[in-house]
Amino acid sequence: MDDLSNPVLSVKKLNKQFGPGCSQCGKADSAVLVKNFCPVCGTVYACRDISFDLYPGEVLGIVGESGSGKSTLMRQLYFDQEATSGEVYIRFYHDGKKNVLNESSQQKRYIRNHLMGKVYQNPLLGLRMNFSSIGNIAEKLIAAGNRNVGQMVLRGQVLLEEVNIPLFRMKEEPQKFSGGMQQRVQIAKALSNNPPILLLDEVTTGLDLSVQANVLDLIRNLQRELKISMIVVSHDLGVIRMLADRTFVMLEGKIIEQGLTDQILEDPQHPYTQQLVHSLL
Amino acid sequence: MENILTVESLSKTFRLHSVNKEIRAINKISFVVKEGEFVGITGKSGSGKSTILKCIYRTYLPESGDIWYNSKKFGLINLREATEREMIYLRKHEIGYVSQFLNALPRITAREIVKQAILEMGHNDKYAEEETEKILTHFELDPQLWDSYVATFSGGEKLRLNIARAMVKRPRLLLLDEPTASLDDESKEKVRVLMEQLVREGTTMLGIFHDMLFMQNLCDVEYRMLDGEIIKYSEKNPFTKH
Ligand SMILES: Nc1ncnc2c1ncn2[C@@H]1O[C@H](COP(=O)(O)OP(=O)(O)O)[C@@H](O)[C@H]1O
Ligand SMILES: Nc1ncnc2c1ncn2[C@@H]1O[C@H](COP(=O)(O)OP(=O)(O)O)[C@@H](O)[C@H]1O
Ligand SMILES: [Mg+2]
Ligand SMILES: [Mg+2]
Ligand SMILES: [Zn+2]
Repeated sequence: MDDLSNPVLSVKKLNKQFGPGCSQCGKADSAVLVKNFCPVCGTVYACRDISFDLYPGEVLGIVGESGSGKSTLMRQLYFDQEATSGEVYIRFYHDGKKNVLNESSQQKRYIRNHLMGKVYQNPLLGLRMNFSSIGNIAEKLIAAGNRNVGQMVLRGQVLLEEVNIPLFRMKEEPQKFSGGMQQRVQIAKALSNNPPILLLDEVTTGLDLSVQANVLDLIRNLQRELKISMIVVSHDLGVIRMLADRTFVMLEGKIIEQGLTDQILEDPQHPYTQQLVHSLL
Repeated sequence: MENILTVESLSKTFRLHSVNKEIRAINKISFVVKEGEFVGITGKSGSGKSTILKCIYRTYLPESGDIWYNSKKFGLINLREATEREMIYLRKHEIGYVSQFLNALPRITAREIVKQAILEMGHNDKYAEEETEKILTHFELDPQLWDSYVATFSGGEKLRLNIARAMVKRPRLLLLDEPTASLDDESKEKVRVLMEQLVREGTTMLGIFHDMLFMQNLCDVEYRMLDGEIIKYSEKNPFTKH
């Protein structure tokens, strides 16, 4: 029963606003808001009351148009940015009993280095472009406490093979690689510390279709093999369809619909989701 | 025998917001399926047959009514209210769904598809490998194709693989949505043999079939539908059925 009812990640009422807010827009649901933007003070309510659970070994898809708050949500979870309010619990951190958002920056770094991996749409955010590929992996391994160079090189080689980067290129810098290869190095780096949770933000966006297909296959295969819990974010329902067991739809900073992925595709409830699905057909 | 499925007053209306239209697909459907039975649903196209199966499987969100399923894991559970996690578990372990469309990633091999289905039930690799080869052999899928991408398969090959994937799990309840619709007679016969075998092993079947003759040879019970309602129930004489 454990895996059915005990989430690895639990998010409760997470909010993120950009801007100070004002007396007009004070509450996130104020009537003055245009979508999730306050025209009086210019505040953007990027994530509004986001709550969900991620379970062991599942792939959770988050789909929504550009600006709906998907990347902001991923940034809060990886501590790239500070949340405005909310709670996040991780099963492997103090048994899921501590709100990790309230932890010290040192503890947050520990969580990020040991319990999570993240792959960004923009490889510049996930990789050091002028380090060797194997050096990029070593960097994450060192952050996770490894010191043995020989072991790190071995681990790096295994990972690069896993993501189909030929080993004779492991000393090359990602800046010399194609977009698809850069994403694969990012994936290898994100996986290097064996994280139980992997966050993927638009990892195939902007790649050629055939390259995109290769990267999606890779993610799918790795997920099967390693049984990592993943959150996959994309504006493209086609990507979500390929990867996710369950799917959330975000609009203007809120989750407006959630369900099994095939149900979201075949019986969408919300007008926005219906429009999104029909544009895919 | 015990009921494995009791559907009570199940309704489903689709609300299409952009065209401001409502489609009532099924209206207060009630029926039972006993354990080990082979139940067929018949009726004209558009009468609501697929909607029933998809509501049970949660591909469609049931609107009102109850779907009581007697689960090995959860005991009696109302599938209308089951959580997504529970539905995912049941799909992996207890309830199968086959239609005429192969729902798979384009770049996956036949062997992987079937093996994955067995592995997700928690079996070990060796067992999964053996069972995969057995069922691919049974469906006479050319061994040269086992390690090919399914996207390159012919329609008949895809279908046989689709059915193999569902059957290899020996689900407790198998939902069949016209799986044989475009199969040739020889392939249909193979499916029939396997279905009979599954029924003998205890799988309960709830199915829609295009080919009435095919169905009548298999079914214990038939429900006929018209415009979203069940209009007729018929039972096969246990003495004439073999
Ligand atoms: N650093 C920032 N400062 C101000 N507004 C931001 C910032 N980052 C994101 N936003 C705004 O937050 C909203 C959500 O953005 P984002 O999370 O990037 O959406 P998505 O990833 O779904 O495209 C957008 O309106 C965006 O302009
Ligand atoms: N996903 C859907 N969205 C909107 N309408 C649907 C959907 N699925 C089925 N319907 C409608 O519901 C009715 C019953 O369809 P269905 O259950 O597929 O019938 P059958 O399987 O008997 O041919 C039809 O009018 C059909 O157009
Ligand atoms: Mg984004
Ligand atoms: Mg149908
Ligand atoms: Zn304001």
